[in-house]
Amino acid sequence: MSGILVIAEQRRGELRPVSLELLGAAEGLRRTGDEVAVAILAGAPDRFVGALSVAGVDEILTVKVASPEFDADTFESAVGALIAKRSPDVVLVAHSVDSFGFAAALAARLGLGFATDVFNAERIDGELVATRGGYGQKVSIEVDFPGRSTVLLAIRGNVFKAPEQAASPRVTAFDAPQAASRAAGRDFIELSAGDDVDMAAAEFILTIGRGIGEEAKVAQFRELADAIGATLGCSRPIADAGWLPKSRQVGQSGKTASACKLYIAMGVSGAIQHLAGMKHVSTIIAVNSDAEASIFGVAKYGIVGDIFEIAEELRSLF
Amino acid sequence: MKILVAVKQVSALDEDFEIRDDGRDVDPEFFIRDLNEWDDFSLEEAVKIKEAAAEPVEVVAVSVGAGEADESLRKCLAKGADRAIRVWDAAIEDSDSIAIARVLAAVAKREAPNMLFAGVQSSDHSFASTGIATAAFLGWPHAAVVSSLAYSPGAKSAVFRRELEGGLLQEVEIQCPAVLTIQLGINTPRYASLRSIKQAAAKPIEVLSLADVALRAADVGEAGSLSRVRRMYVPDKGRAQLIDGDAAQQAARLADIIREFKGAAP
Repeated sequence: MSGILVIAEQRRGELRPVSLELLGAAEGLRRTGDEVAVAILAGAPDRFVGALSVAGVDEILTVKVASPEFDADTFESAVGALIAKRSPDVVLVAHSVDSFGFAAALAARLGLGFATDVFNAERIDGELVATRGGYGQKVSIEVDFPGRSTVLLAIRGNVFKAPEQAASPRVTAFDAPQAASRAAGRDFIELSAGDDVDMAAAEFILTIGRGIGEEAKVAQFRELADAIGATLGCSRPIADAGWLPKSRQVGQSGKTASACKLYIAMGVSGAIQHLAGMKHVSTIIAVNSDAEASIFGVAKYGIVGDIFEIAEELRSLF
Repeated sequence: MKILVAVKQVSALDEDFEIRDDGRDVDPEFFIRDLNEWDDFSLEEAVKIKEAAAEPVEVVAVSVGAGEADESLRKCLAKGADRAIRVWDAAIEDSDSIAIARVLAAVAKREAPNMLFAGVQSSDHSFASTGIATAAFLGWPHAAVVSSLAYSPGAKSAVFRRELEGGLLQEVEIQCPAVLTIQLGINTPRYASLRSIKQAAAKPIEVLSLADVALRAADVGEAGSLSRVRRMYVPDKGRAQLIDGDAAQQAARLADIIREFKGAAP
């Protein structure tokens, strides 16, 4: 048992960037003599060889599968076959929607050590230890895997650094058994909600969250956003309630505030899924009545106070 | 026809919580317990399907937990579940999500539902794996992060959309029975009426032991888990620079920062 197996992710012909971050995580776990192999499952896996030829990869395993896009049965069967053949001691996948769909089933079936949403992995006295968050990220939890010869870790995105240098790993075609799939993927649907706002392009965003309490309060913040020249965004509960269109939702399943430089979050607690869409912004100002809200952990400036009062005072200054 | 809905009584932390003496969890005295937010949506989805169905559909809520989980199960009964089952045994303590899934699968074998719903994840430990691992133990088809669903109880397949990253959805057809993990926002969970809360309080909750679901102590707890908590601690966090003063002063400083930004922006 040795070596690290990384499962890359692709969607609609594009390698998902988190795949390369997994290689950064693998580098930190590599011991002398360990090989890092990265597997890509796709209808035409060879087309991803270039993108995966980066420093830290010893081998690329191209796995041709019948389903062009993610399919749980296909992944479980092919990744299971890879583990059986290669006996890696660590398998890394992304903590992503695709792995939500298969990793736990594979771990349960094969009895692999298993942890998800892992943001740190290291060996302590030779034992693999993974760190994840708990209770709304208020605590960190170290877990280990006694007696497990193979450990499957789902790695949090935007934590590990993707290798930048190109390399020339060897490429091996892996013949995976073709699974009978019990699900059939159909079309992809881009989320559009009759609102032509482009959150990804906005440089100044004012976001509202659950703290606004009721739909009638949205107008006050829309007006404030207009007055100060910000694009109005929201966290998940606001979009789910239909108070603002889904196209304004910032976070993992919504939009990433890619171009944003100033981000004001009002009444946003800072769930990890929301932070994924905005924590990179250079100036974040959080306004929240709960001094313990996790949003203060990523903000540059914090205001602990009543969001309505602050909003009203701020409005009077513009 | 039957839909089984797996629910969890989750724990949020009180403001000044403390870590337990053994350093492996938070002292339970500081837990604020509630029904997991995701599970509110999966229960609602099951109740909606029941209400729309031509044939009778039974919605059964199941939870693995000690006595305090009854509170969440009563909430499910008040919101439209027909029956509630709770499984507990001292051996289940220290189980990870996979060991819990083994118990849920054992209940599903006993109940033989046409469909099983679970939340995408729990708000306390967020493993996002219990539902899918349950499917593995059952050998059922499964899908994660379902954000809309078309399903008639007893049908051989269901069509759903799974919510991907970055505002993308994918439509998928899946064979049934299946395990689907349900995402927030798939519906609007109802509030329980006072009357239904009262009625729920009078309904029985079936309490099952491990033996009742044909499991042994070694199937759960640390032995039945794929991970073990080694240590829990409060991390050093980055901390925002607080803007003090009354609301007017705080807003004035905020206005300065905005003007500074706008002055610098091209």
